[in-house]
This record gives sequence, structure tokens and C-alpha cells, in this order.
Amino acid sequence: MPSQVVTVASKVGLHARPASLLIKASAAAGVPVTIGRVGEAPVNAASMLSVLALGAKHGESVEITVADGDNSDTILASLVEIVTTDHDA
Amino acid sequence: MSLQGIGVSPGVVVGDVHRIVHIDVTQPVPGTAASVLAALDAVATDLEHRAENIDLDIAKDVLSAQAMIARDPSLEEALSQILQADTQYNDVRPAIEEAFSGFRNALLSLGGYFAERVEDLDEIAHRTVLKLSGLEAEDVALTKPSIVIAQDLTPADTAALDLNYALALVVEKGGPTSHTAIVARGLGIPAIVGCAGALELSSDLTVLVDGREGVVIPSPSAQEVTQRQDHEASLRARAESVTGPGRLADGTAVALMGNAGNENDALSAAAAQAEGIGLFRTELLFLDRQTEPSVDDQVQMYRAVFDALGERKVIVRTLDAGSDKPVPFLNAVTEENPALGVRGWRLTRIANDVLERQLEAIGIAASQTSADVWVMAPMIDTPQEAAEFASRARAHGISHVGVMIETPAAALLADKVLAEVDFASLGTNDLTQYVMAADRLDSRLSDLTSSWHPAVLRAISQAASAANELGKPIGVCGESAANPQLAAVLLGLGVTSLSMAPSAIAEVRGYLAGLDLGACHRAAHAAINAFSGEEAREQVTQILGN
Repeated sequence: MPSQVVTVASKVGLHARPASLLIKASAAAGVPVTIGRVGEAPVNAASMLSVLALGAKHGESVEITVADGDNSDTILASLVEIVTTDHDA
Repeated sequence: MSLQGIGVSPGVVVGDVHRIVHIDVTQPVPGTAASVLAALDAVATDLEHRAENIDLDIAKDVLSAQAMIARDPSLEEALSQILQADTQYNDVRPAIEEAFSGFRNALLSLGGYFAERVEDLDEIAHRTVLKLSGLEAEDVALTKPSIVIAQDLTPADTAALDLNYALALVVEKGGPTSHTAIVARGLGIPAIVGCAGALELSSDLTVLVDGREGVVIPSPSAQEVTQRQDHEASLRARAESVTGPGRLADGTAVALMGNAGNENDALSAAAAQAEGIGLFRTELLFLDRQTEPSVDDQVQMYRAVFDALGERKVIVRTLDAGSDKPVPFLNAVTEENPALGVRGWRLTRIANDVLERQLEAIGIAASQTSADVWVMAPMIDTPQEAAEFASRARAHGISHVGVMIETPAAALLADKVLAEVDFASLGTNDLTQYVMAADRLDSRLSDLTSSWHPAVLRAISQAASAANELGKPIGVCGESAANPQLAAVLLGLGVTSLSMAPSAIAEVRGYLAGLDLGACHRAAHAAINAFSGEEAREQVTQILGN
């Protein structure tokens, strides 16, 4: 399962628009995607409530993991891009 | 049996009752894991349909966000963990509450924007229980012209209502400056607040609402309807008989301006022959935003309002977020006492760059328009703050810089505060709340939150005298300017301009046209020496007439 630790770039943290982009992309992935702080239990990245409740702030590190599938690496790359882009800029 | 409340927006209408009630499910609700999940799914589908069929953008966003939460896989997961498959439960309510409470607590502990989503979660949980118990949630959305009756209307409720169908608003709670009152005046429909017992009126009833007198009459007789409508019409006729710039009977000019939050309000003000916008509330452009609008976006939004006024004056108020108007990206920290906390100009303490960018955007927009743009800051307390704001605003090329006087400190120090700026505007809603130390949203305190109170009028008198002595303009942009008699008192106290909801301008203009300045002075003198707000109003009515 490919995974990557990234820094949340959005100034407001992972909520509102950045969260909704991540959730939509994760739901469309076709394979389970999780997100969480390193060393903590990850949550379903396709769940608005779970991602919001994670409360990842600007500058925090989070690990994104995509379950094995046909395009897991491409999917991971696109999700990494969403989280590491400052959508409020 | 008629009901009595506080009339906060005049007008007489007759229509059918549309109640917005929260139905409490008090009986056990039997079910299974499968039936609960099916109910949740049905709730999500309902929300999606409603989101699709509503025209109002804000309401569409609120409903789509709720639908998305109802479809959340984690919610389904949590429910499936608590409810065992193939088990019949006598009451599924505790399980539903438990499943939602995990997310609820997590969101609450994050505060700000996250905590606001708890309302959505609660709404979904409630709707799910209603579905299972066979009760339908009463739909907030209006489908035909109706009189809306509720305990209170929050900004979210008014977003979900299709207000084009609202004939009148009647709420059991709230005061004259509550959200309900402001929305109704903005729409020019009758409204009554603090109307005890209104929710007991049943939904199939026809009622009369007199928003001037604050009276609701169930099943009114034809005679009652005609009588009240005629009286209202005669008062309106007086309003319409006078046009053009505001003027007293002796020729004294009174600048009558409109309050606006967006381009539509600005157009209404222009249509009402306002001499400009005395209060452009910029926070309304920020309130529903999760992130700060860019300078370019702000320039566009400001230009839209400026351009609606041609060459007339527009007084822009910088961001007044906080207290009862939190902005998601600014007011994330929960304050013990938000009305006394970091709000208005005080936001420079935590988000200085946001205010700086706003001044930049106002400066740019002002340079691109033919409107006469003045700028003022809210919640200025001290001469130092006034000086700081003035120098920062002028650095962006803004020529007329002023402050809101809405705290007792600013009123007491009005001479020193005004020495730093070009003009002042009295925000009588907040000034009343702070002078009287009474929450304007608490209906139990409505006698203390009246701008008629001599204590409030004395604070206004002190500030107005200071401005008159310096020869600087001082206006009123609170709701009190919209009350014709109170408007006359304000002029008598030395106020030089009045800004109000555009729908109130004609009536104030018509009323003032029949008075001379001497009468206003006499009324003001009587009011500041009255024993109570009620007595002030009675004496002024005796001196000036209705």
C-alpha cells in the first residue's frame, strides 16, 4: 500500500474547501484511502466527518495511505497534491 | 384572542400561518440496524432534493453540506458498530445518539467552523429519528405565501426559507435589533418579536399581523382587517407625499441615507431617494466565507455597491466580525464573552493583515468609482484607536475617515476621538446594549434594550455636542434612526444625518417634513430628562404627535 507523509498547506487547515476536495477525490478513488497523524489510528479520507474531526491544522504532518489497486500510485500523487496546495491563496 | 409582541417592522398583512417548530420525539422508537440505515439514507435523499429545488444560493449550500454529512460512510460505520445486525431494538434513539456523539464531541472540541457543523449533525440525527417514528420533519422551506411563525429565526433558518414567500415574520423570542427584525425591515415586510404564545397558533389558521402595533389577530373579522389596513395606508400616504432630500418644515436639511450589506440593498436605497449609504456593512460579504476573499474579489464587491449610488456618498464600515456575527476564518476561538471580546476594529489584534487588505481593497475600489467614499471603523473605544485607524486608512488614499461611536468609552471621550477623525456615526444598537449592560438578543431584557432610554439618549447627546462643537458631521446608523419620533429626537440632540433600512426612509422623511427644529429640540430635552424609556416615548409623542 503506497503512502506518503505530507504537510497541510492550507492556511485554514484541513477543513472547508481543502477538506471537501480531498474527500471527493478519495471517494472517487475506487479503493480505500486513509489519512491520519503519524503513529495515530488513521481515518477514512472519504468521510467528511472523519476528516473534519481529525482537525489537521496548517503546517501539520499527515500520512495519506491508498490501498493497493490498479492506479494506487497515481491516486496517491493526486491526493498529496490536494493536501500540499494552499487552496486559500 | 389577539397576541401582543413588539412591532419591529410596520405593515398590515393577512395570511396563513406557517410554523417552524422543532418536534420532540418523546416515545421510544423501535427499529433495527437496517431500518436506521434506511432512514438515514432517506434523510440524505430528502436533503439532496431540497438542495436541488431551492433557488437561494446560501440555502443550497447549507442543504448540500447537510446531505453530504448524512451520506458520510463514517456515520454508517459508527451506527453499524453499535447496532447489531438482525436484532430488533425497542428504542434505537440511544444508539443513534451514541453514534453521532463521537463526531459531535470531536467537532465541538475543535471550535469555530467545526463546532458550527454540530448544528448540521444534530439536524440529521433529529430527522433520522423523525423518519423512523413515522413523523415528517416540518419543512422549513415555504411553498406558498405565508406568515412565518417560529421561536426565533437564526441566519441559517432565514437562509433555508424562501423569503420571497414570507408575508410577515412573527417570533416568540428576540428583541428589536435581533436578526429577525433586521431581515424583515430589509425585506420591507411586517415583523413582530417577543410575541409569547405565537407558536400555539395552528398551521391552518388565517391571521392578521400588524407589524407597527405588534399585534397578531387570529381569524380577524373583515372590519378589523379594513380598519387596520386603512390606518396603515394613511400613515404610508404621509410617507409618500414627500419626496426628495430630507428636510424639516423650517427648511433645515437632514441627510437621509440607507443601510446596505450588498448591491441589492444599495439599489433599494437609491430607489428610496437616499442621499447615499450611511452604513455599508462589509462583514456580510465575509460571513458565509470559509476563507478570506482576495483583494481583487473585495474590490469587485465594493465597486458593485459604490456604482449603484452614482455620485452619492457611501460610508463603508470595515469588517465588524465577532460577537453575534462570527466569520468562520477569523473567529475560530470560542470567547467567554464575545460581545465584549475581540470584535470590530479589535480584530487588528489577531488578524491585522485581514483589516489591512480590506483597507487596501476599499482604497482601490474608491479610486475606481465616482461615488464619494467615506470609511469608518466599528468598535472604536479610545482616541488612540481612532488615531491609528485614521492614519492607516489615509495611507490607502481614503480622504474621509471616521469612527463608529458605539461604546460608552467612545461616547464619553467623543471630543478626543473626533479630534482624530473627520466624522462619526453612532451605532445605536450596540451603544444601547453597552450603555445598559443588557444583551440585545435576550427578550427578557427588552425593556432595558430600548434606544429610548434616557441613559442611551444622554450618551448620544454628549457625542453629538462634541461633534457639533468641532463642526464635524455625526450620524446615526442604528435601528433607532428608522423610528420617526426617535429620529426627530436624535436631530434635536444634534445628530446631522440618519441612516436606516431603505424601506424606512420614506416614512421618516414624511414625518420629519411636518416638524421644525425647535420641536425636535423640545422633544430631545423632554426625552433625556424622562424617568424611563417608556416615559421618554410618551412625552415625545405628546410633543410631536404620531
